[in-house]
Amino acid sequence: MDLYEYQAKHLFGKHGLPLTAGDVCSDIDGAVAISESIGGPVVVKAQVKTGGRGKAGGVKLAKDPAETREVATAILGMDIKGHTVHKVLVAHAADIAEEYYVSFLLDRANRAFLAMASVEGGVEIEEVAVNNPEALAKIRVDALEGVTPEIAREIAVAAQFEEAIQGQVADILVKLWQVMVAEDATLVEVNPLVLTPSGEVLALDGKVTIDDNAGYRQPEQADFDDSAADDIETRAKAMGLNYVKLEGDVGIVGNGAGLVMSTLDVVAYAGEEFGDIKPANFLDIGGGASAEVMANGLDIVLNDPEVQAVFVNIFGGITSCDAVANGILQAVDQLGERVTKPIVARIDGNNAVEGRAILNKADHEFIELVDTMDAAARRVAELAAARKGA
Amino acid sequence: MAIWLDEHSKILVQGMTGSEGTKHTRRMVESGAKVVAGVTPGKAGADVDGIPVFNDVASAIAATGANVSVIFVPPKFAKGAVQEAVDATMPLCVVITEGIPVHDSAQFYQYAVNAGSTRIIGPNCPGIISPGKSNAGIIPADITKPGRIGLVSKSGTLTYQMMYELRDFGFSTCVGIGGDPIIGTTHIDALEAFQNDPETEAIVMIGEIGGDAEERAAAYIKEHVTKPVVGYVAGFTAPEGKTMGHAGAIVSGSSGTAVAKQEALEAAGVQVGRTPSETADLMREILT
Repeated sequence: MDLYEYQAKHLFGKHGLPLTAGDVCSDIDGAVAISESIGGPVVVKAQVKTGGRGKAGGVKLAKDPAETREVATAILGMDIKGHTVHKVLVAHAADIAEEYYVSFLLDRANRAFLAMASVEGGVEIEEVAVNNPEALAKIRVDALEGVTPEIAREIAVAAQFEEAIQGQVADILVKLWQVMVAEDATLVEVNPLVLTPSGEVLALDGKVTIDDNAGYRQPEQADFDDSAADDIETRAKAMGLNYVKLEGDVGIVGNGAGLVMSTLDVVAYAGEEFGDIKPANFLDIGGGASAEVMANGLDIVLNDPEVQAVFVNIFGGITSCDAVANGILQAVDQLGERVTKPIVARIDGNNAVEGRAILNKADHEFIELVDTMDAAARRVAELAAARKGA
Repeated sequence: MAIWLDEHSKILVQGMTGSEGTKHTRRMVESGAKVVAGVTPGKAGADVDGIPVFNDVASAIAATGANVSVIFVPPKFAKGAVQEAVDATMPLCVVITEGIPVHDSAQFYQYAVNAGSTRIIGPNCPGIISPGKSNAGIIPADITKPGRIGLVSKSGTLTYQMMYELRDFGFSTCVGIGGDPIIGTTHIDALEAFQNDPETEAIVMIGEIGGDAEERAAAYIKEHVTKPVVGYVAGFTAPEGKTMGHAGAIVSGSSGTAVAKQEALEAAGVQVGRTPSETADLMREILT
């Protein structure tokens, strides 16, 4: 999960990184109050999980509380690339002499971590990587060794930080690595890291991505969960389903992440023929595919108003298909009159013959059984297109 | 022959007395795999259907000669379990557990690399099967038969789907490498092993969005693989920035996309199917 800047800074502060004074709020009066308590010029920053907010007008300076009121009024509620601004961070506007960049991230290719650092910060680091690659130091960080003070200094030297501040930068790198490990982050980034005219090095902006798998040992991070997410996604999550909302017409229920991803693709291909019918969601009900989970999954998908038809695509590996077929029937039974859209099912694998026989025998008016994944995708796209056109 | 797992493999199950461990131990045994031992700390002397349980991996190896470990322990104990297997110089360690924090995976992977004597498959994977010979993990054994195709895939159910599609030809070995960002065995490792396996005639490689493992595999194929390879990539319709089930399956910006992976594979001479069935048909054409 990506964090908001204010959440990232909260974690930075917790691990002793030097920050500018500031706080987050969700209303104009709150912004003014923070501005008053800081005193002097502040910067008001939209809290959205997308880049380019400065260019979009989501980051503004204010010289006093009155101007903070004006600026916060403009920023709160504005739309930045489809993200509504619900919160602003109000922080002391530090004087800046230099802007730098430092980060740690998961390096999948090398199956380790990577430190990146540059004295050319304040811009998109991807640009530096392309236009001026020698200005970006990249150093492998061993997962067991971590970032010792010696390694931190090596990174600072490699990135060509001036000698006078190498110690401060190294100290920041050690603390930033602490954030990475202690908070189970997969990315920690400070951009810009700034040098003030008085020689202080401060983390001015921050980005942190935390590992969802580590939630069990990071109870504090539960508060970071974004309640502004899509309603259907929130409901699905509450049911323990692995669901992602997409823009489309065919509801998808499948088992196994890879097979479900593949199902979305196969439906999209088949849909090209029927006026660009697309999948409406990703939903993996897991290897087990029990009746209850199937019912919850079908409930979520059938209740999506955009969904015109549903594709249930199951490969019975561990679970046998007769159990899956019974699960589908129990699910439509439980949902009763809420089942108003055609459901195309393809079940293969363990006990497929028995499973299909069960569905055929039930002869449910909304359930149609198709033999292969490709043919089923074609059929469901056709049904969705017909209902959409009607 | 097959890769990494054959009729001589002696399997140890870490976490055998847990419900998943017991269930899949029985399935492995039913499919003909030699499961010789289980490990659950504090349960030495117990057994599962007559298979003895030991307190630790080292004593299980000493007593039974186990040379493959399959790990079913919960996420919070997985790192310790892998490191214990590495300390006992277990040659192959198959980590089925899903939901392991990536810092833990990065650490136990590095631990195994430093020790230099253990291959890790997974985590978050269905395991490895050499049909008719042995089966280490949760892959259903009755989908397919022994044959001459090698299969490597990030996804469990897509592995099963492809085994099913090509059940008329059969497989030498099918290996599910797992969908996590950090995995012990990569597509490239499997490609290299299949290239060197005289019983494997052709290879199916299944990838999915996220990272650049498929692109690197494509470069490897171009350089080193002379056997025919067909490919399939899942996730063309995945939106940017959303994790699609697998922790590693995420498109960030323009990197990690299915299109980039398909193009890289095709540029390396790999035929890529648009659906699993089409991919199977490509393989069928090669083998007939």
